[in-house]
Amino acid sequence: MGSRHDVGIGPSSSRTFMNAQFNPETIREDFAIFSTNPELIYLDSAATSQTPKQVTDSILNYYENFNANVHRTIYSIGNKATQAFESAREKVAKFIHAEKSKSVIFTKSATEAINLAAAAWGRKHLSAGDEILITEMEHHSNIVPWQLTAEVTGADLKYIPITEDGELEKWENHISDKTKIVAVTHQSNVFGTVNPIKEIVEKAHSVGAVVLVDAAQSVPHSQVDVQDLGCDFFAFSGHKMLGPTGVGVLFGKPELLEEMDPFLGGGEMIKTVNMETSTWNDIPHKFEAGTPNIAQAIGLGTAVDYLNNMGMENVHAHEQDLLQYAVDILSNISGITLYGNPQNRGGVVSFNVEDIHPHDVAQFLDNDGIAVRAGHHCAQPIMKRLGVSATCRASVYLYNTKNEIDRLASSLEKIKSVFA
Amino acid sequence: MQDIRELYQEVILDHNQNPRNFGPLESSNSDAEGVNPLCGDHLKLHANLENDRIKDIHFEGSGCAIFKASSSIMTETTKGKTMLEAEALFQQFHVLVTTGEGEIEAMGKMAVMAGVYQYPARVKCASLAWHTLKNILNKSTATVTTE
Repeated sequence: MGSRHDVGIGPSSSRTFMNAQFNPETIREDFAIFSTNPELIYLDSAATSQTPKQVTDSILNYYENFNANVHRTIYSIGNKATQAFESAREKVAKFIHAEKSKSVIFTKSATEAINLAAAAWGRKHLSAGDEILITEMEHHSNIVPWQLTAEVTGADLKYIPITEDGELEKWENHISDKTKIVAVTHQSNVFGTVNPIKEIVEKAHSVGAVVLVDAAQSVPHSQVDVQDLGCDFFAFSGHKMLGPTGVGVLFGKPELLEEMDPFLGGGEMIKTVNMETSTWNDIPHKFEAGTPNIAQAIGLGTAVDYLNNMGMENVHAHEQDLLQYAVDILSNISGITLYGNPQNRGGVVSFNVEDIHPHDVAQFLDNDGIAVRAGHHCAQPIMKRLGVSATCRASVYLYNTKNEIDRLASSLEKIKSVFA
Repeated sequence: MQDIRELYQEVILDHNQNPRNFGPLESSNSDAEGVNPLCGDHLKLHANLENDRIKDIHFEGSGCAIFKASSSIMTETTKGKTMLEAEALFQQFHVLVTTGEGEIEAMGKMAVMAGVYQYPARVKCASLAWHTLKNILNKSTATVTTE
């Protein structure tokens, strides 16, 4: 397991060339935040990414030129809004290589997307004796919804453990005839670990289980192909991939979505409403009750355009380059512990500085304009496994540079001297 | 931007590295526990109360420098005080870390926390020990959280 072509992510930095047009310095000019905050060194894109002007312009354009509700108006700006909203769905579907755009459901977040699947699929298919299999590597958003579903259905919640390096430990041993769904992260938000999804899907399908992939950390940073991965559900968020907050996506195989009952009830998701009962709209609308996040979906569509224009292979190669650089530099600073050393990894580095609490480290880094995350990263089972209460985490994106990593390193040296 | 050394004064760094009244307390007859679940700060307070006076007080736990220094200074400040005096100190401290106001000159070491209010995310680090003390003053055994 673990070769890069198997994980639906790639390509590896060794066989890519950097597109001559891919220049972080020029890219930064698209992001107003870097001109309004010239001192800012933003190393927290795994929490939320910055937003290019193209995206904010497209949202403004909707509000200023064709703001109207979708799917229900006769007038022309309403048609235009519907077209823009549905075109965003098409763009997102193509971006993840979904066969049909009706597989793409807009939610408010990746969290809501996972909750939708856990509730609507879980309640229909799970009962006492069944097993829900997740991993110790999960973000709370891929743990808690399954706890809720387990409680309602009586199914058992099981965990695949992780190794010291931050990889799944003998995951294949945990998939059995009892397993009905495997919910696993594509890329860890703490270690950057890229999990062997394709192989997990094959094994899960062989016992008749379905697979949900939490792709919040992978879709923004690599080429993904849901058909190649073979997964049944695939959840991610807009604001981590240059889009606005308030929009997430659940991809689901059409046949699964069609047999599921609705998650939320309201307008838009119905065909007919009688006093006692109603009939459901077709997918994806069945799962989009109420006026949807029109502006946010349009913004996400523009973010997809922006990333396509940059080339995901270039984005990925650039981040691999920065990751290697950061790991090399940070591991050479005495007193710094790096957590996890997975074979396949995205642009995330978790670390601590000896005898200094991560919140103190992050406060001093902030004083030098450097934004990193400090805390448990919504992954308390991982913190427990590492035996720490919190870590610092630096994460990179297409707008980061090696110079910023150098400044992180020199700021860390300075902090050590203050606490020495 | 404020000078970060107003937050991390020498006194704070000193109490972080050499916390006072740190560790278990044999004579303890009143204990309380506090956590900041989001940070992972964790605190145990042990007090020896005699005739409404805090005769001795110790703390144990782990967390950031602001948390540790504030806990250490809290034990130093309240040791020997009556429950009523400690309650008044709690009120002063609360105003200090949320507004930066108060009679700083008269506060003694507690005054090093005057910079905290400028860092809203850190107020809970500084406050945990005092909120947990409040449980001892109120003789409550519920775990305190400042989240």
